Amino acid sequence: MKRRHLLATSAAALGLASLGTVARAQSPLKVGFIYIGPPGDFGWTYAHDQSRLAAQAHFGSAVETFYVDNVPEGPDSERVMTQMALSGASMIFATSFGYGPAMNATAARFPDIAFEHATGYLQEHPNVSLYNARFYEGRAVIGTIAGRMTTSNKVGYIASFPIPEVIMGINSAYLHAKKVNPNVEFSVVWVYTWFDPAQEAAAAEALIEQGCDIIMQHTDSTAPLTVCQQRGALGFGQASDMTQFAPDVHLTAIIDNWTPYYIKRIQERLDGTWTAGNVWNGIAEDEVTFAPFNPRIPAEVQAEATAMIEAIRTGAYHPFTGPINRQDGTPWLAEGEVADDGTLLGMNFYIEGVTGEIPG
Amino acid sequence: MLRLEKRPSPSQAWNYATPVLAVLLTMIAGGILFAILGKNPFEAIRLIFWDPLFSEQFGSYSRPQLLIKAGPLILIACGLAIGFRAGIWNIGAEGQYIVGALCAAAVALWFFPAESVLVFPLMIVAGALGGWAWAMIPAILKTRFNTNEILVSLLLVYVAEKLLAAAATGFLRNPDGAGFPGSRNINQYPSAANLELIPNTGLHWGGVAAFAAVLFTYVMLQRHILGFHVRLAGQAPRAARFAGVAPARLVLICLGLGGAFAGMAGMFEVAGPARLISIDFNAGYGFTAIIVAFLGRLHPVGIVLAGLLLALTYIGGELAQFMLSIPAAAIQVFQGMLLFFLLALDVLSNYRIRLALPGRTSEAK
Amino acid sequence: MDIGAINPVFLIASLMVAATPILLAALGELVVEKAGVLNLGVEGIMIMGAVTGFAAAVTTGNAWLGMLAAIGAGALLALVFAVLTQVLMANQVASGLALTLFGLGLSALVGQGFVGATPPRTEKLTFGPLTDLPVVGPILFNQDPLVYVSLALVAGIWWWLKSTRGGRILRAVGENHDSAHALGYKVRRVRILAILFGGACAGLGGAYLSLIRVPQWTEGMTTGAGWIALALVVFAAWRPGRALLGAYLFGGIMVLQLNLQAAGFRIPVEYLAMSPYIITILVLVLMSSNRGRTSLSAPGSLGRSFHAAG
Repeated sequence: MKRRHLLATSAAALGLASLGTVARAQSPLKVGFIYIGPPGDFGWTYAHDQSRLAAQAHFGSAVETFYVDNVPEGPDSERVMTQMALSGASMIFATSFGYGPAMNATAARFPDIAFEHATGYLQEHPNVSLYNARFYEGRAVIGTIAGRMTTSNKVGYIASFPIPEVIMGINSAYLHAKKVNPNVEFSVVWVYTWFDPAQEAAAAEALIEQGCDIIMQHTDSTAPLTVCQQRGALGFGQASDMTQFAPDVHLTAIIDNWTPYYIKRIQERLDGTWTAGNVWNGIAEDEVTFAPFNPRIPAEVQAEATAMIEAIRTGAYHPFTGPINRQDGTPWLAEGEVADDGTLLGMNFYIEGVTGEIPG
Repeated sequence: MLRLEKRPSPSQAWNYATPVLAVLLTMIAGGILFAILGKNPFEAIRLIFWDPLFSEQFGSYSRPQLLIKAGPLILIACGLAIGFRAGIWNIGAEGQYIVGALCAAAVALWFFPAESVLVFPLMIVAGALGGWAWAMIPAILKTRFNTNEILVSLLLVYVAEKLLAAAATGFLRNPDGAGFPGSRNINQYPSAANLELIPNTGLHWGGVAAFAAVLFTYVMLQRHILGFHVRLAGQAPRAARFAGVAPARLVLICLGLGGAFAGMAGMFEVAGPARLISIDFNAGYGFTAIIVAFLGRLHPVGIVLAGLLLALTYIGGELAQFMLSIPAAAIQVFQGMLLFFLLALDVLSNYRIRLALPGRTSEAK
Repeated sequence: MDIGAINPVFLIASLMVAATPILLAALGELVVEKAGVLNLGVEGIMIMGAVTGFAAAVTTGNAWLGMLAAIGAGALLALVFAVLTQVLMANQVASGLALTLFGLGLSALVGQGFVGATPPRTEKLTFGPLTDLPVVGPILFNQDPLVYVSLALVAGIWWWLKSTRGGRILRAVGENHDSAHALGYKVRRVRILAILFGGACAGLGGAYLSLIRVPQWTEGMTTGAGWIALALVVFAAWRPGRALLGAYLFGGIMVLQLNLQAAGFRIPVEYLAMSPYIITILVLVLMSSNRGRTSLSAPGSLGRSFHAAG
């Protein structure tokens, strides 16, 4: 009886799917989101949820978005995605790297549902699409600002895990700080967590104590900025505008803006033109934006940063343009050569000049 | 004034009634909570308790998921229950689970891509040994140095988590994974994969192991001399010593069993539903299993029921989350309330409520 | 890089700050366990204290009112545990775990309206010329008020347990509740009061995190501090002075490894992250193995339910 029941359900699902856009127009398109953390984290998940809300507002009653937060990676996420699919979702966004295997396994069972995976790399089925943001472009800009603004020539970097995304950020920030300030040094501390306010605060304090007067972070809480505000160091917000937590020292922030992408993809789904892709957008597509510059940044530095943003936006400048060597001195990019996406996505080496080793 | 009077022997009737009563009370209290949050309480309760089992839309998928979710919980809880009965507090099952998974994954990746029937059994052994070894640390420290096992086993959970992160980003990382963290997908490696034995039932080897553990625990506790020693040590430590129970040996065996079961659960998870080693592979099963063990009154059959009930609240909770936009936190509160009610009502199994009027002489002093 | 790059004075000053939340929670739990009760719900109480303190401080604009609210919330949540375990005779381990689950969830719900809010500031205390003293200045005379509260609590609890009648009764209850009952001590009442005190301390520790250390409210922000506090109680062998040592040791290693990284020392970082936990275990083993006579064992009745016969 169970087997027949399952067949009946899947037949019904297939039948619905084959009706195409006509059926969809009659009832709202259901779009599900899975979050790794809470929308209130003011960081990674917050940014996704803000974009979800913006997309919902844009489409009004044509689309019905919903989400589940705090979903652990692994079998729980697979179950949630499957249940969303069974409840009639036509599109599912999974907003964390670790959901990859689960998403692909689910996609195999629901070939007519569109699956979008943020910051992943697995595409085992034609209905799985990948999307990511070129945060390294943002790091290039803040690296430039940091290089100009530091007086002690030491920049502190609170890094989470030694994965390519984080290493890319360090390299990009360092490269551009160094370009405007040949004496600059980066001090990297690995905290092995994405979110631990107490530890992040302690890391910021340690870096400041070691002489860093600017702190960058690839962790999610506002704790480092609060420490900066207290100790008079400068800092940058992560994933969202964190000015309110450190009004005097928050120079700017890299803001994750997924809204244009979400609206575009949901529209394609509504129009029936959605196909899987592998998209890595950045400043040019407005996916990487910046919080307003703090007035204490001198006008010429602001102009320099703005110019760089424009250059990246038009494609005139790519943050990883040679000549760049690896940390051990071997050449990586020749003069004028631009890094290819594959190497960047798998980046597991420091560039020349960065001191210290990547753990693991 | 209400007084509690111990029953001569636990009441069977209340033993069966209290869980049902607790669930009912939770439904009411939970309903009030959801109403305060602005959600339809009846729909929420239905989504949590009824739909995963009987819904047309979800049931055929959710029912097997119950076994998938409950399996590791039951397996770990059985191992823990043996120790808890003896008064040996293994709080570090989460760490033993992780280390077991790491060892099993290491074995699988060592053999990759060779196909052999030996791989899977070796992984099971590796998982059990890994968990056993991790539990031996608090065990030996306790027997040799009298170090409290709660502290050591708990702190070792954190160590295991860091080890997991190091493995996922370093020594177990997938060489074909373009530098991304995470091991190779073990579930896609046929010799190592822990697949469903009967399609759409959720029964994989982990579930089989859970049943085996239940049987083992039952037989051991009820029929084997070791089980007698365990129960004696828990209830009357002095008498146990006189009866010749060697405390050190008991510690080693109980912690060892708990670790081995937890390690095996980790192995079945990593080769099955979790698919691979990732930085966030562990999902708190080691701690949830402690709850399951106690809710099941440290009895194997009770553990099965408690595990299934808790799994139901997880799966139903997820349904409620996206069908009604209920935040995950509300489901956590709901589960906490269920536990509170279960624990609170449990008193009725062992104690009778008596009305003691002032002035009346009480029967015993 | 040279070892001189790490300033020991700064290290000590900052480890005190890092250790204070877990010290506060550990001190409270120490009293609870001394009375013979094992409350594993510390994490849930801490985070409820964090959110309640934060919410109250933001709403009233006064951080001290926030602290008071956190103390109240901690005691209230502990009361639930007290009723379950002391009146209804429920198993202590399971009740504590249920409390943690409940507290984590409830705090997230309560905190939803306060995400992104900024709490009123608490300034570090300064003691005039004392603060400018070379070594002891930054360490002892320039900390925020709760650091001093935690130190006072260590001394106060030590003195109370050792020298007052109340302390002796509590210890007797913890060692052997049946004998204590036979002596006429009100076992249940003592334990309930101890549990409430423990809850109040844990709540305060949580508020320290959300109002001073971070300060911000985010779901799950205690990230396991309550569990560390529990471990510390055992490490401290149920003695307040040792709790101070343990908390500072743990906090110190955490701060030290971050400083070592920041100073550029080449050490395998992923294993460094484990070091606070491993070193705590090693120190405990060393201390346990040295002990011959002095009792390191837990209070005799720890974890066992008490029911007065008759």
